[in-house]
This record gives sequence, C-alpha cells and structure tokens, in this order.
Amino acid sequence: MSESHAALAEQYDYDIIKKFSIMAIVWAVVGMAAGVYIASELTWPFLNFDIPYLTFGRFRPVHTGAVIFGFGGSALFATSYYVVQRTCQTRLWGGGLIPFTFWGWQAIIVLAAVSYVLGFSQGREYAEMEWPIDLLIEVVWVAYLAIFVGTLMKRKQPHIYVANWFYLGFILATALLHTFNNLAVPIGLFSMKSYSLFSGTQDAMVQWWYGHNAVGFFLTAAFLGMMYYFVPKHAGRPVYSYRLSIVHFWALSFMYMWVGTHHLHWTALPDWASTLGATFSIMLLLPSWGGMINGIMTLSGAWDKLRNDYVMRFLIVALSFYGMSTFEGPLMSLKDVNALSHYTDWTVGHVHSGALGWVAMISFGSLYHMVPDLWRTKMHSDRLVGVHFWLATIGVLLYITAMWISGISQGLMWRAFDDYGNLQYSFVESVAAMHPFYMMRAIGGVFFLTGMCVMAYNIYMTIRQGVRQADAATQTAAVAAA
Amino acid sequence: MLKNIKSEILETNVGVLLVATMIAISIGGMVEIAPLFLMKDTVEKVEGVRPYTPLELRGRDIYIREGCYLCHSQMIRPFRDEQLRYGHYSLAAESKYDHPFQWGSKRTGPDLARVGAKYSNEWHVQHLIAPRSVVPESVMPNYPWLLTTPLDYSDLQDRLRALRITGVPYSASQVEYEQNVKQFGAATAKELDIAQAQKNLIAQAEAGNYDGDHSGISEMDALVAYLQVLGTMVDFSKIKPEDLVKYR
Repeated sequence: MSESHAALAEQYDYDIIKKFSIMAIVWAVVGMAAGVYIASELTWPFLNFDIPYLTFGRFRPVHTGAVIFGFGGSALFATSYYVVQRTCQTRLWGGGLIPFTFWGWQAIIVLAAVSYVLGFSQGREYAEMEWPIDLLIEVVWVAYLAIFVGTLMKRKQPHIYVANWFYLGFILATALLHTFNNLAVPIGLFSMKSYSLFSGTQDAMVQWWYGHNAVGFFLTAAFLGMMYYFVPKHAGRPVYSYRLSIVHFWALSFMYMWVGTHHLHWTALPDWASTLGATFSIMLLLPSWGGMINGIMTLSGAWDKLRNDYVMRFLIVALSFYGMSTFEGPLMSLKDVNALSHYTDWTVGHVHSGALGWVAMISFGSLYHMVPDLWRTKMHSDRLVGVHFWLATIGVLLYITAMWISGISQGLMWRAFDDYGNLQYSFVESVAAMHPFYMMRAIGGVFFLTGMCVMAYNIYMTIRQGVRQADAATQTAAVAAA
Repeated sequence: MLKNIKSEILETNVGVLLVATMIAISIGGMVEIAPLFLMKDTVEKVEGVRPYTPLELRGRDIYIREGCYLCHSQMIRPFRDEQLRYGHYSLAAESKYDHPFQWGSKRTGPDLARVGAKYSNEWHVQHLIAPRSVVPESVMPNYPWLLTTPLDYSDLQDRLRALRITGVPYSASQVEYEQNVKQFGAATAKELDIAQAQKNLIAQAEAGNYDGDHSGISEMDALVAYLQVLGTMVDFSKIKPEDLVKYR
C-alpha cells in the first residue's frame, strides 16, 4: 500500500461508503431475522401471537423491505460510490447531497417498516410503501442520480468503466419503475392512505412490470455492476471479454423490461402480453449467461485462488447461482411450466436462489473485499469468512431444496384427479403436506442468518482493529512531530 | 466494426450513455402497457360488475391492510382443476374497479376470487377469529381484533372521492347519480352516492349484521361484507362461453 491514509481520504470520499457498508450489514441481520420469523410463522402459526403487528401479512413486507431496500440498497449505495470514485479516479460530486442520500435512505427503510406493522400498505408486492414514503424515495433517488452522473462527468479517465454502466442503468430504471408503479391518489394530504391510479388488468401489468424489474435492475443489473468491479479486482485479472460485457449490458437492459408479464400467465391479462413476456424471458437467458460466463472466465488463469480465498469463493458461487436462477427463470416463464409452478412455493424458492445465492453472496464477497480497504486493515479473521461461506451455502441449498419439493408437490396436488374425475385433494391437505418442508426452509434460513451474524461480528472486529491501528498511527505521527 | 465505433461514443459521453440507456429500458414497458389502455377488448363487457358499496370498500381496505394478498390470490385460471375447486375463471371485468388489483402471486391459502356466498357469515367470523377452530391444518394467523375494533368510517367520503378521481363511478352530483341509475339501476346507484356514504354503510352493516353482533359496526362487519361479495357480481348462467373467449 503505497498511498497513505490521509492522501486517500482526500482523494476519495470514503466516509459515506463506510456508513452505507455498516448499514448494509445491520439491515441484512434485521431483514434475515424477520425472514426466519415469518418462515417460522408458516410452520408454527402460534408465533403470530394474536398481535396485529406480528402477523405474517404485515411482517412479510418488513422482511422484503429490509432485505431488498435496506441490505441490498445500502450495499448498492456503498459499492456504487466506491466503484464510481475508484474507476473515475475522482472524488464524489454532490456536497450536501451525499449525506442526504444516506440519511434519507435509512429513514425510508425505518419509516416503511414501521408503517407496515401499523397496517399502512399500498397492497402492491415490493412496493407496499405508502405515498409519503414514495415521494421521499423519489427525492433521494434523484439526488443519487445527480451524484452518480456528476461524479461520472468529472472523471479523470476518458472511458466510463463497464461497472458504471450497470449502476447507471439500475438508477435510471429504478426511477422509471418507481414513478409509474406508485401513481396513486391519496385520500387526503394528512392521510397515509391512497388508492392506485390504475385498476385491475392495467394495474396488474404495471405492478409486474415494476415487480420483475425490481428483480431485473435493482437485484440484477446493479449487482452485476458490483460483479464487474469486484471479481476482476479481487482476481487481479482483467474482465474476460470486453465485447461480451457490451452485449451483456445492452441486451440485458433492453430485454428485462419486457419480461414482467410472465408473472401473469393464464390470468385475465390478454394472452398477447404474457406471451410476449415469455418470449423475452427465454431470450434473456443468452445475455444472462453471457454475463455469468464473462464473470467466471475472468478467473481463468487464476483458478488456484478458489482453493484458499473465501472471498473469491463467495463471488464465484454467487455467479453460479446467478447462472442457475437465470436458467430457472426462463424455464418457469414457459406457460406449461408456469401452470404448475405459479402460486406455489417454487416461485419463493426461485426468488431466494437469486436473492440469497446471487444477490447476498456477491454482496458478501464485495463487502469482504471492500471493508478492509476502507478501514486500511486486514479482515479480523479469514477463518470466520470461511465459516460464513459454508453456513450461507448450506442455508441456501436447504432453502431452495425445501421450496422445490413443496412447490412442485403443491402444483401436483392441486391438479390431481381421482379415478372418478374429482379433485383428489382438498386445498388444506396440500397445506398440511407442506409442514415438513416449511420447517426445513426455516432451518435453512437459520443457517443463513447465523452466517450473517458471523459476518457482522467479523466486520465489527475488523473495523475496531482498523480504527485502533489508525489511532496508533496518528499518535506515532504526533509524537514524531513533537 | 460499426458496433465498436458506436460503443466508443456511448462509453466516453455520460449524456449519450444516459439517453441511450433510457431508450433501451423504455421500449418494453411502452409496448406492453400502453395498448392495455387503448385496446377495447382488454376488459370484457359483462353485466353485473359494479363498484364496491362503502361497507365492502372498507372491508377491502382492511384486506389490504392485513396483507391478505400475500397468501391468497384472487385470480382463477382457466384450468379444469381450478374450475372444480374455485369456479369459473376470473374475468378482467371482475377487477375493473379494483384499485389496486389484488390478484396475488401466491396461494399459501386458497384462491378467494369466488369465495363470496360459499360460506355463511358465521363461518367467516369464526374462521377469522380462530382459523384452526374450523380448519385444523390451517396456518393462517388469528384475527380476533377485527371483531372488537369498531370500524372507522369518518373519512369514508375522502376515500370515495379519491377513487372517483381514479375513475370509479361514485357519484358526486345529480348528473353522475343519474348516469349510475342508467348503468347500474336505482338500488346500486344509491349505494354509490358519495353524499349518502355514511348512511349507506350503517344501513348495510345493520341489515347484513355480518359479525353477528348488533352492538355496533366492527371491522369484522366490513371484511365479511367484502368477502361475501367476491366473485358474485357476474351471473355466468347468462353468459355464453364463446362471448368470453375472444377477450383472451
């Protein structure tokens, strides 16, 4: 490390990145704990305790909000601010806007969670926040866009690095989706309640255009930005194919926006729209796998790093789950498969193979790479990174296996006929049959959450160590100066 | 070659990259969403579908508040097993006054699109208070507070007015009222009159006595009134299947 701490602090704004990194970990623990809790409620319903604030229906958005927007969002703010500064070799632009994005975003997550348990909800999946919170998101997001673009504009490199395209695409798409999906008429200026501007079929279309692209841009494109920086950086090798990354970005950006309608197969949405969505879903396999190959092949010639570097393992396992989920997704978008899989736990399993396997794992790898650099120290314990890796991997596998079995069983039980042409099972028989798998899912969640707690401890100790080393260095310098 | 030249321009100019990305991400949504508002055969023309009465609407608000849509769908697909289990497949028209739609994406519990009139009010009340007392294998939470919480209908007119802005034909004037009489008949038109909303809500709750308790209007009254109307508005005995097929 030739660059001194003081010089670096002047060159880059690391303070904001540190704050977002810490909050990413805090929200991961909170959100995953909420996830384990609601999974347990489905296994042992007494856990609802007849308390309105704790019921599955109100608590589920707390889980999704905390993990997607709290953990995922904070990790994206942190890494995008890190990547854009380092690849543009310039300090963040934005002045007071920068801390505003931090405090604004944290306020949004807290307000959303509190409003959900109190019963304020728009009734739209992953967009449950009521209109005042939506407006706050809008303002923070515009500030974020301004900071990101402002920093890109004062870059010291002629070329904008590929990771930044993905981050920019994510910021723009999220702004577009959030704005249109949340168009609503409040019942009064001093009431949280609003009614969606659209209804029925059109409303369903807009919501799943949003819903799937929250996955496509918030949870995919943005994390690909992470991948395009941290995988090559950690491997110490250039991105495998520059040409492939161009194709990856443009094809992904264009195609993702079409696929939301595969959530509405066989519904009252006109057939042409859902068929179009399925067609693009299948085509999307190509750019997705192109990106996965681009990431994994970046390691060619450095495969030995996988043997003892757990951070590298996190990154590569994340890419493997990305490949798996982007294969499973197009499969489930086929109408015949969807007829079986829709409304079942298979969907839940699919989401989590993406969310835990891809999104969380790539974030863990990136944070493990970034945190020691931010605090100018080494990880407190590499062994605990390894423990986290195995707990997380076992957790995901238990989770998705449980959901595959329960999902496919539900689908088959619902459509089973007896010899007389009557339905073979009542609905509640399918509920009862799921009990062991719901338990297995909750156990998988406990594994993943435990791994997350190990990470939180390890990162806490690393930061403490970094701060102590910095203090010692300052004292030594002060003594030397005196 | 051409591609590389273009890519160079995009990758060295923030403005160009931004505009090109916006174009790339806007096309899909425009092609899929805009026609749904413009094409006349997106929503079927069927008799019977009407906006919710004030009491049903407040029940629907509670349905959304409690997050029921996270475990119950309201969208029956055109399959033989769903026909047998739930009834006729759902029409787009049946949710045309639903702001927001509540089709759902998961059936941890059964579909509710046609749950209306299938069970008695007493069953619903008992089931909502303690689901496992009637369905032992159920994993649904208990909702005992619905029966003990009085229904708040102080801002009812604000709610109807907001929905009127979105296009639901709740009437705010004599002209609109008369249009409703023409479209839905006099009895329904009276229910949709914003000025009479509170009175209508009280009248329906007292006449229906959904929660089995005469002492006041509870949230249970509203929720059960909503559940009991789900899927009952269209009389399928009067519709020929071939008239519906062209909308799919």
